Amino acid sequence: MLIPFFYMLRDGGMKTSITELLTLHEVMNSGLAGQSIDDFYFLARATLVKDEAYLDRFDRIFGAYFKGVDDSLADLMQDIPEEWLQRQAELSLSEDDRKLIESMGGFEELMKALQQRLEEQDERHEGGNKWIGTAGTSPFGAYGYNPEGVRIGQQGSRNRSAVKVWDKREYRNLDDSVELGTRNIKVALRRLRRFAREGAADQLDLNDTIDKTARNGGMLDIRMVPERHNAVKVLLCLDIGGSMDDHVKICEETFSAARSEFKHLEYFYFHNFIYESMWKDNRRRQSEKTPIFDITHKYASDYKLIFVGDATMSPYEIAYAGGSVEHWNEEPGAVWIKRLLKTYPKAIWLNPEPKSRWDYTPSVKLVRELMSERMYPLTIAGLDEGIKALH
Amino acid sequence: MADNRFTGTRSYIATEDLTMAVNAAVTLERPILIKGEPGTGKTQLAFEIAQSLRKPLYEWHIKSTTKAQQGLYEYDAVARLRDSQLGDEKVHDISNYIMRGTVWEAFDSDVQPVLLIDEIDKADIEFPNDLLRELDRMEFYVYETKQLISARHRPIIVITSNNEKELPDAFLRRCFFHYIKFPDQKTMAQIVDVHFPKLKKQLLTEALNAFYKIRDVRGLKKKPSTSELLDWIKLLLAEDIPPEALRRENMRSAIPPLYGALLKNEQDVHLFEQLVFLDRRNSPQ
Repeated sequence: MLIPFFYMLRDGGMKTSITELLTLHEVMNSGLAGQSIDDFYFLARATLVKDEAYLDRFDRIFGAYFKGVDDSLADLMQDIPEEWLQRQAELSLSEDDRKLIESMGGFEELMKALQQRLEEQDERHEGGNKWIGTAGTSPFGAYGYNPEGVRIGQQGSRNRSAVKVWDKREYRNLDDSVELGTRNIKVALRRLRRFAREGAADQLDLNDTIDKTARNGGMLDIRMVPERHNAVKVLLCLDIGGSMDDHVKICEETFSAARSEFKHLEYFYFHNFIYESMWKDNRRRQSEKTPIFDITHKYASDYKLIFVGDATMSPYEIAYAGGSVEHWNEEPGAVWIKRLLKTYPKAIWLNPEPKSRWDYTPSVKLVRELMSERMYPLTIAGLDEGIKALH
Repeated sequence: MADNRFTGTRSYIATEDLTMAVNAAVTLERPILIKGEPGTGKTQLAFEIAQSLRKPLYEWHIKSTTKAQQGLYEYDAVARLRDSQLGDEKVHDISNYIMRGTVWEAFDSDVQPVLLIDEIDKADIEFPNDLLRELDRMEFYVYETKQLISARHRPIIVITSNNEKELPDAFLRRCFFHYIKFPDQKTMAQIVDVHFPKLKKQLLTEALNAFYKIRDVRGLKKKPSTSELLDWIKLLLAEDIPPEALRRENMRSAIPPLYGALLKNEQDVHLFEQLVFLDRRNSPQ
């Protein structure tokens, strides 16, 4: 029984290993679980999941597998868009209405119907009694009333009594594609660390001192080494103003995290796209500009280049001379970014817009081409991927 | 077997899933990794397991400079060098300069001990990898004296992490894992109850309501946690604040007394006061 479940977890994208499967068998043999499926769920979770980001996924797969709806894994992987379920209106029903709804099928029926509905429905829905949405009497969705309903996207419990633990999906917001705060960004950036000893030798190297002293017949021979620090150098270019206003907070967080993480961090701002110069102080952007050539001459090519921007603009701003919205640029932005990329081969573009929206903006496509597809969403998972590409 | 089961203690409320994970780790004698929001009692868990199973506890608190070797043993070369210069007799026996670490002490315990490795994520990225064999086979080799140290009783190892660094897969595979989620109102009431059994029911309800409302304020940098709630209630009791003071017509238009115990960040306090001020202005008096 466990082996198909194990493969389903792996198909669902979890990195569960054979060792862990064996451990689970061992725990089951130890007689700890008794007969209850809840116990089994707790044990399986403690054994097979090692990262809270996967807890929600595990809950969904577990629910699907042990409810016998294992044929619809693809649907489980796709989330119900949050906006369907946003709290818009509330509905209170009379006793009679409630009885009516109670007459619907059992839980199994409900789960199957949900899968089916998910396939059929593609719009946001509110009220009514069939589709998934808020404040209706459909069994699916939130803020409404159906005693056998499946709650999706509702905060806290309202009318509903508890169904199964794993169906509560309490770990939903720990999924690593959602949350991003300064702390998380720092953790992700730390993966870029590469320690090296550079500079003045000012620390006592105890082991070497002892070794040399021993070889010296006991006469003290002090050895020094330079301090160990993060040797990675980063050039951070941030888009500022215009369409980026929606993303100010996340950019600030990325910036402050990066600043405390790297000893060699240089940052520049640009507006929409890169042209012949960037600036360091946004208030004096007109008077104090740094030409791109100065940047490429000053910072060696071992710097890693990170752009942060939504890459959302008119394609002219990238491809044509004079396309900039702020000034007349002699050469198109594409030429300038190519120059930068030539000097700094290790480069990525982080985009705060959700990945799903990228395809709708032609300029994003253009930038992705220029960056040879090294564009990543500004989420923890995206940042991780991006950092890997920088190595 | 039944006496070797962890069920929570009088001062610690363990949820069912936590109990299960701990018992699995105890039964299979494998380490358990605990993660969770700060202040949800990760470190406390080790103390409670030791207390409830009546086993000695060995604590190893990890700092950013801690090396895996320090938990096993250290060779005090400087002392030996000094002794050699002074012509001390001790210098001929290298074992005089081997200092035992916490893990060694735990391995050497007469009864099965509980070993706490606290905040493993603080250490260098290689730290967990350096402990793989030690945690798996529960043995290590002392090169200086050519001794193999193996655990007399496999300790119950509790490892806590605050998620500052990702832990290597090889390490994770060897552990059980539990994520302590933030307790819901019901569990929280139980937790407060074991800490302050004489607390008036009304005060508790009001305090919890106020507490969860503060946690719900959007944009707080650091949400108050369980340990902060307990501190706050302690203060409320010490100051003898009546329950009525915690409840107003409109809860959000009043700043709860002694809220400094809950909000620990200047910006948060500022944000909170602003919100209350806005609310007060908008709501009819």
